[in-house]
Amino acid sequence: MSGKHIIEISYLDKYFGDFHVLKNINLSVAAGEKIVICGPSGSGKSTLIRCINHLERHDGGDIIVDGVPLDDKVKNIDHIRSEVGMVFQQFNLFPHMTVLENCTLAPVWVKGIPRSEADALALQYLERVRIPDQADKYPGQLSGGQQQRVAIARSLCMQPRIMLFDEPTSALDPEMIKEVLEVMVDLAEQGMTMLCVTHEMGFARRVADRVIFMDEGEIIEENTPTAFFDNPQNERTKLFLSQIIGD
Amino acid sequence: MQQVIKWSRENLFASRMNALLSLASLWLIYVTIEGVLSWAFLNASFLGEDKSSCITRPHGACWPFVTAKFNQFIYGNYPAVEQWRVNIVFALGTLGLSLLVAGRINFKKQLAVLMLTAYPVLTFILLSGGLLGLSYVETNQWGGLLVTLVIAVTGIVVSLPLGILLALGRRSELPIIRIMSIAFIEFWRGVPLITVLFMASVMLPLFLPKGMNFDALLRCLIGVSLFASAYMAEVIRGGLQAIAKGQYEAGKSMGLSYWKSMRLIILPQALVISIPGIVNTFIGLFKDTTLVMIVGIFDLLGIISFHFTDPNWTSPQVPITGFVFAGLVFWVFCFAMSHYSKSVERRFSVKGESK
Ligand SMILES: Nc1ncnc2c1ncn2[C@@H]1O[C@H](COP(=O)(O)OP(=O)(O)O)[C@@H](O)[C@H]1O
Ligand SMILES: [Mg+2]
Repeated sequence: MSGKHIIEISYLDKYFGDFHVLKNINLSVAAGEKIVICGPSGSGKSTLIRCINHLERHDGGDIIVDGVPLDDKVKNIDHIRSEVGMVFQQFNLFPHMTVLENCTLAPVWVKGIPRSEADALALQYLERVRIPDQADKYPGQLSGGQQQRVAIARSLCMQPRIMLFDEPTSALDPEMIKEVLEVMVDLAEQGMTMLCVTHEMGFARRVADRVIFMDEGEIIEENTPTAFFDNPQNERTKLFLSQIIGD
Repeated sequence: MQQVIKWSRENLFASRMNALLSLASLWLIYVTIEGVLSWAFLNASFLGEDKSSCITRPHGACWPFVTAKFNQFIYGNYPAVEQWRVNIVFALGTLGLSLLVAGRINFKKQLAVLMLTAYPVLTFILLSGGLLGLSYVETNQWGGLLVTLVIAVTGIVVSLPLGILLALGRRSELPIIRIMSIAFIEFWRGVPLITVLFMASVMLPLFLPKGMNFDALLRCLIGVSLFASAYMAEVIRGGLQAIAKGQYEAGKSMGLSYWKSMRLIILPQALVISIPGIVNTFIGLFKDTTLVMIVGIFDLLGIISFHFTDPNWTSPQVPITGFVFAGLVFWVFCFAMSHYSKSVERRFSVKGESK
């Protein structure tokens, strides 16, 4: 095993009942690497990244994050979750808390940071996602794009080394997609390790080091963005790309 | 005046049918109010030491019955010289509750903790005595509103946390916890409260070793609390089910433990959703306390109906007056709960919910 990989997934298998969702997945991610995962709906993209922070329990193979093996040990799971941030398609902000409270919850309750420090940290990250003036509003009072940026800030407040994005712009109106992608590009430029499930090809071309194509629970093809989009090898990849460009 | 006429024309007498309905309703209101007023005031008797004044006024309330027995209605047979202890409990309870409900104070959290820890202990010491030089007052001397409130408040205070635990247990991923919670909830929901009380007071002593005897009121308190907890659990489970899966996942992904995410994320939302059901259960519980009558405990209604048999007060109007009085007292408490719950709901309603 090489030391410079921050995530090492080997021979990963996952079942939902009888249904084989992830089939023998191997994937290593270097620190600072940006990976875009795409593929048809139901191909197992969400399940794969949800295994990395143990929102789904895998059935076979190994996942090692930052040197810590992901098994059923609560201590290891907690450690990995504190290193890995996740942004969901549906934002999943806490509607009963203000934006600031959303951002300080985990730093205060998981890391035990004093509230004043957590507030300062949160404001700093809200600044970075370009909504410092909404700190005292409730999520329901914000637009979708603003909510998703708050969700990104909320994850960043835990100062993770890895960020997982599960279709962060799919639930947004077209005019809001750009503001969220810009924040993600910023984050990429600052050196964050990122795994993004997304079909935003412009984003993939701009920031991804690698694009991974999944279908039916398998990694079918992986390549640099230019090679992947301009010269796909596999028939299924070609079909998929023609469909999303056809949109 | 002109506005009144204009308003009535538009709203009460807009059409022939409308006018007819309005007149019928007005007549109905008049008849009801007139009947109540003449029974409660015009034809009622107000003064007297016994039934004699009530018998001479057979079409009105017999208020002397209530005034003469008022002390028993509130305290039961609690010894008169010790009633100051009950008064302190009532006064502290009222003060604490009104500060919590209406007061603009910045130590609400601490006060709530005190009301849930120190206050019950103090209440227990004051009411039953036997400590600190207070003489011992057996619970079979307690009665009236005192007992009603002791049972209702205990039931309310125990059933909410226990209901929350049971609701969480019923949704637990651990099979043993889940099965035990389901068994508990379904058992207590399936049995009528009367049966529970009857079993607690008649059957339980048969199973306990000889000589071991625990207080009849305590047995009722336990029965009522467990019974209410089962209902509370189902109300809260409904609230938990309304919380999106993404909320749990967001908590997990940030590294919050199960209990922390329940406490900080899930329960605050689920409980607010459940407020109407929770208050409904509280109100049901408050009124169900009257059932303890059948196991020989004299709550407010029990002690009122017990005094109907007093030979000094055998008059046809006495039971009616007694029931009306009991009804009024119950209504005041239940209405207060329902009214307060609306303000709580408003305060905690999620901001910006209307998208
Ligand atoms: N909790 C679950 N239980 C059973 N099946 C699931 C569950 N979650 C996802 N699946 C199934 O697993 C497959 C992969 O799902 P997912 O990883 O969400 O795909 P993607 O994100 O690529 O659209 C789908 O067929 C989906 O129906
Ligand atoms: Mg998905």
